Amino acid sequence: MARESPPLLALHGITKRFPGVTALADVSLDVRAGEVLGLLGENGAGKSTLLKIVSGAQRPDAGTITWQGETATLATPHQAQQRGIVTIYQEFNLVPDLTIAENVFIGREPLRATGLIDWPRLARDTGDVTRRIGLDLDPMMSVRDLSVAEQQMVEIARALSMQSRLIIMDEPTSALSETEVARLLRIMDSLRHAGLAVIFVTHRLTEATGVCDRVTVLRDGRLAGTRPVAGLEMDELIRMMVGRSAEQLYRRPATRRAPGPVRLSIRNLRTEGVTTHGTVLHGIDLDVRQGEIVGIAGLVGAGRTELARAVFGADPRAGGRIEVDGSPVRVHSPRDAIRAGIGLVPEDRKLQALFLALAVRHNFSIAALGQFLSFGVFVRERAEAEALEHYRRTLKIRMSSGEQMVVNLSGGNQQKVVLARWLALKPNVLIVDEPTRGVDIAAKAEVHELLDELAGNGIAVMAISSELPEVLAISDRIITMREGRITGDLPAAEATQEKLMALMTLAPVDA
Amino acid sequence: MSQTATEPSATRRPDAATLLGRVAPLVFLLVLMFVFSVLEPRFLSELNLFNVMRQISITGLIALGMTFVILTGGIDLSVGSVVALAGLVAGALNKGSSANSLSLDDTVAAGYPLIVSVGAAALVGLGAGLVQGVAITTLDVPPFVVTLGGLSAFRGAALLYSGGGPISSFDDTYRFWGQGKIGPMPVPVIVFLGFALLCHIVLRHTRYGRHVYAVGGNAEAARLSGLNVRALTLSVYVIVGLFAGIAGFVLSSRLNSAEAVAGLGYELTVIASVVIGGTSLFGGIGSVAGTVVGAILIGVLINGLVLMNVSPYVQQIIIGVIIVLAVAFDRFVKGRRRR
Ligand SMILES: Nc1ncnc2c1ncn2[C@@H]1O[C@H](COP(=O)(O)OP(=O)(O)OP(=O)(O)O)[C@@H](O)[C@H]1O
Ligand SMILES: [Mg+2]
Repeated sequence: MARESPPLLALHGITKRFPGVTALADVSLDVRAGEVLGLLGENGAGKSTLLKIVSGAQRPDAGTITWQGETATLATPHQAQQRGIVTIYQEFNLVPDLTIAENVFIGREPLRATGLIDWPRLARDTGDVTRRIGLDLDPMMSVRDLSVAEQQMVEIARALSMQSRLIIMDEPTSALSETEVARLLRIMDSLRHAGLAVIFVTHRLTEATGVCDRVTVLRDGRLAGTRPVAGLEMDELIRMMVGRSAEQLYRRPATRRAPGPVRLSIRNLRTEGVTTHGTVLHGIDLDVRQGEIVGIAGLVGAGRTELARAVFGADPRAGGRIEVDGSPVRVHSPRDAIRAGIGLVPEDRKLQALFLALAVRHNFSIAALGQFLSFGVFVRERAEAEALEHYRRTLKIRMSSGEQMVVNLSGGNQQKVVLARWLALKPNVLIVDEPTRGVDIAAKAEVHELLDELAGNGIAVMAISSELPEVLAISDRIITMREGRITGDLPAAEATQEKLMALMTLAPVDA
Repeated sequence: MSQTATEPSATRRPDAATLLGRVAPLVFLLVLMFVFSVLEPRFLSELNLFNVMRQISITGLIALGMTFVILTGGIDLSVGSVVALAGLVAGALNKGSSANSLSLDDTVAAGYPLIVSVGAAALVGLGAGLVQGVAITTLDVPPFVVTLGGLSAFRGAALLYSGGGPISSFDDTYRFWGQGKIGPMPVPVIVFLGFALLCHIVLRHTRYGRHVYAVGGNAEAARLSGLNVRALTLSVYVIVGLFAGIAGFVLSSRLNSAEAVAGLGYELTVIASVVIGGTSLFGGIGSVAGTVVGAILIGVLINGLVLMNVSPYVQQIIIGVIIVLAVAFDRFVKGRRRR
């Protein structure tokens, strides 16, 4: 590793204020060629803001930026790109109906003398870059048919084809499965060996310590420190991030409740292949008891999200019965589900949960407006604001006020707003799909505690997570799924990562 | 959203930019009024200002309904045709027959009372909105296409109904709603402002209003939050239809005549009013207050140009340019705030 080389990019004293918040105060960091730098910190610490400044999407109020030893301004994304700084956003900038090759070389397609696109060469050139990162797909495939992970790799291929020097990724792993994460980390490693610099944000510390050379930690918009990963203790890292040590964080009650009667009962639930989501469900039977948290583990494509959506009435079912508290319920839409006391925190907050241009208060109350009405018509804004204030305190949502547009909250705080929306409904059954995606470790522990508390209050909780440690940490009982069927059902006390992994991948699927 | 108190801004003083964004259309309007009052002193006379208000009250009424539609991310191109059809039905009921004034029968036939005319106009609009709303929500045809069809079909229905000629000379109670005054205030202006207040309250302070913004902001999230997105979408087309029906009645009353070619091209003025007022064509962002300002802005523009004897052809060019400029200005200010 090129430890001695001068930094490729250095930031000094960067400050960025928004109305009511100082997102960054006097932050400095540097990154060298051939290095992967991790950027860590709690939700709202200022990580995304810092990356936006580097990528030219936002301008700092104070501070200097040095690129290869010279002072530089990065006033627009275009300027940043010309220097070789490429950002891979969470929402990909791909054109779904174009091919992989067209997306990689968009605007820079190789042309023949006639001015028409040289397709064979386009395909060849694309193959060259995609192979470098181990993406083994036909360059002429349409991007629409790719998985999230593959689309992300197309973005990386594009960055490589542009001769970039610095690649920036904001929470690139949060939407990936474990195998996909491993592959991405390998790609980062190969980028490093190719002499590129990478800055990446993650809330999973093992990823950071696994691939990074150094980590820079932000806390409350300030620099908490930069450390080489070699020899760094996990505990010190956590202390830098949250100002507390790890033991104080993860408090899982040793004594679990005895579960009560069955609250949610699913019998022979089936779907057909034409629904929006991929996996077909083949006769799912599942009970969730009062006060019980049932974790659902499975690989991508196992049908976990499909199960959640089918129970919630978000996708059509081909058959099966659903009972809540012993009585059958007819659930043909999310509206029906909510009436039956079922809530769902969906998997993708931007697409499925948030109204980005609306105020936090409006986002929070949308499902539970019925509680805040006078004469059944007018919204009692005072009561609404008080309820929000209650959840702001319990969930420690960081926002300048309830009137703030939700798009301006940090990712983790947006997730908390979505959680608050469903808590306000006081459901009998709560299904959470990836409830801590993009949530920092401290808040994650808080969400876990909260789920535990909800279960303690008698709610039946069904929790889907791609992170096995999370499933193990929160569940009373764990169900594993594979190819639309349940392959295992065991008490959390008896479960280990290995056992679950085996059930998720190897268990014979009886047809 | 206009009530958001803490939007981002690139400046140290958040409120200046936020405020500017909120009132951008109003600033534009005031500048325009200032320019006209300097160029043409008659512009600021009380009579003229009321005149402007009277002129905008009809497209303004429709623009109120259109605000709901555009907030959900939809559009309604059929409003001008609905105006004509509703006006004819209301007028015919007032006269007691649909015989047009080209026919020789000039006896004052016993017409139905006002309430019947108004109710029928409203029903025509409501029906038109309902049909189109059902087509949009159940046939899954885009609103642009459905209402483009409506634009043609309802105009055809109006021509068919009237046989081509106008229906004119209504009784006093009928004419009062378009020509009358209460104090110095023209009645249609009162009707417009009254409905504007009502719509403002509905959008800002009721559950229904919240739902309209939610559907436009993110329809899938709205569905997963338990909203009946179909019914809500349907409802906004009924609302705009209702307003177009009422506007048809008021227009026939003001002109003391209803004809099948009334309201031609209204959709442009109406949509322009809403969009100039800061409502996003993508849905989820906008307000009634903005629409009122947008409607007045267009009225002032036309009036000023007329007073200055600008040729109608040139007027059209100028109006086109101003529409684009006003929206560009709004975007610019909002863009700065996003940064
Ligand atoms: N455009 C904006 N307007 C107002 N406040 C903003 C804006 N963008 C960010 N903020 C605020 O700045 C702070 C830092 O946000 P940022 O998105 O950088 O956090 P983050 O470290 O990326 O958090 P997360 O891990 O949750 O993604 C937050 O308090 C956020 O609400
Ligand atoms: Mg972030």
